[in-house]
Amino acid sequence: MTHDHHHHDHDHPHGSDLTPVEARVRALESLLVEKGYVQPAALDALVEMYETKVGPHLGARVVARAWTDPAYRDRLLEDATPTIAELGIGGRGGEHMVVVENTPEVHNMVVCTLCSCYPWPVLGLPPVWYKAPAYRARAVIDPRGVLTDFGVGLPETTRITVWDSTAETRFMVLPMRPAGTEGFSEEALAALVTRDAMIGTGLPLSPGAEIQP
Amino acid sequence: MNGAQDLGGAHGFGPVRPEPNEPVFHADWEKRVFAMAMAMGFTGSWNLDGSRATRESLPPAQYLASSYYDIWLEALEAQILANGLATREEIATGRAAEPPKPVARVLTADILEPRFRVGFPSDREPEGPARFAIGETVVAKVMNPVGHTRLPRYVRGRRGVVEAIHGAFVFPDTNAYKRGENPAWLYTVAFTASELWGPEADPGGRVTIAAFEPYFDPA
Repeated sequence: MTHDHHHHDHDHPHGSDLTPVEARVRALESLLVEKGYVQPAALDALVEMYETKVGPHLGARVVARAWTDPAYRDRLLEDATPTIAELGIGGRGGEHMVVVENTPEVHNMVVCTLCSCYPWPVLGLPPVWYKAPAYRARAVIDPRGVLTDFGVGLPETTRITVWDSTAETRFMVLPMRPAGTEGFSEEALAALVTRDAMIGTGLPLSPGAEIQP
Repeated sequence: MNGAQDLGGAHGFGPVRPEPNEPVFHADWEKRVFAMAMAMGFTGSWNLDGSRATRESLPPAQYLASSYYDIWLEALEAQILANGLATREEIATGRAAEPPKPVARVLTADILEPRFRVGFPSDREPEGPARFAIGETVVAKVMNPVGHTRLPRYVRGRRGVVEAIHGAFVFPDTNAYKRGENPAWLYTVAFTASELWGPEADPGGRVTIAAFEPYFDPA
């Protein structure tokens, strides 16, 4: 990651090499640092935390544990926040977690129609499509059509429940364990759990498909 | 408010377009906006509900034409101004012309991970018993507040069933304006797709919202 944003060049805040938004953001950071409201090292640490440490690999661990430990699964569905914390996972944006389980009868999908609420501690920051109008508008009225956009076709007999994240409860989907994974380790199972499978816009990978992008 | 942010059920935005191998951020300036918004929020000068209220107050045409972090940047500057932390001229020039306003806290790199690991819970002690029970049918109020609310338009006037009671939580409609946390019972309420969208809705479909007691009447 680059650190050139630390050159607080007060004489040339609108340097010709910067786009208007880049110049505006740099000016704002300069000002907030000069005022003492923010510290550049804390900003760097925030970016690093959400770029490299917090992400869907954490949610995948939770799912893999639930697939291999029935008592853990039961606790997870009953009271998700402390059960996720058993794995050392939790915090901002996931203070009040709810996990919903997919079955052959019911498929769950998570959205935030009003903004971008998303379970940060288990999935990281949301992708652009999750925050964009197309998904927020359509997930609640045409979830099956949205799944088609993701290349997911469910049996007509599978009913869909959409969870609109309109308060501070945050939702994660526990997908169904793929067939052919008997005897897999938690680590091998976690590699099959995609971010979209935990949002409900995808399904876990099939064994042998982990290396696909 | 009935702003551009309240998107549930709107038509015309086209298909969802997932981006393969999407990076967490798409430009360095997005990283700085994200981090500044987090760090400024930490100062205690405003709360998360206030940030949401500010973002959704953008004129609808601007909101819909802006990228996500463009909206965050607009709102961040607006909140800095509204809370007297800087002047318009200071924001324009990027240079301080006046002394800083005291803030409650400043985020430092060393406390970031432990502090964010704990998070910022918004559940509170209830001020009375819950009005509704699990399994009870309720009706979402027909209401159109000009200020912040978390009751989406697409459920207003519709009948749903209480599926879970989560406890009492900070009430965004007042907290956004620093008019009190006013803890309110929070429920999961489930609506059938046909109740929301009519007979053409996906058979067997349901939509749930997490919503506060003041948003509902008994059926």
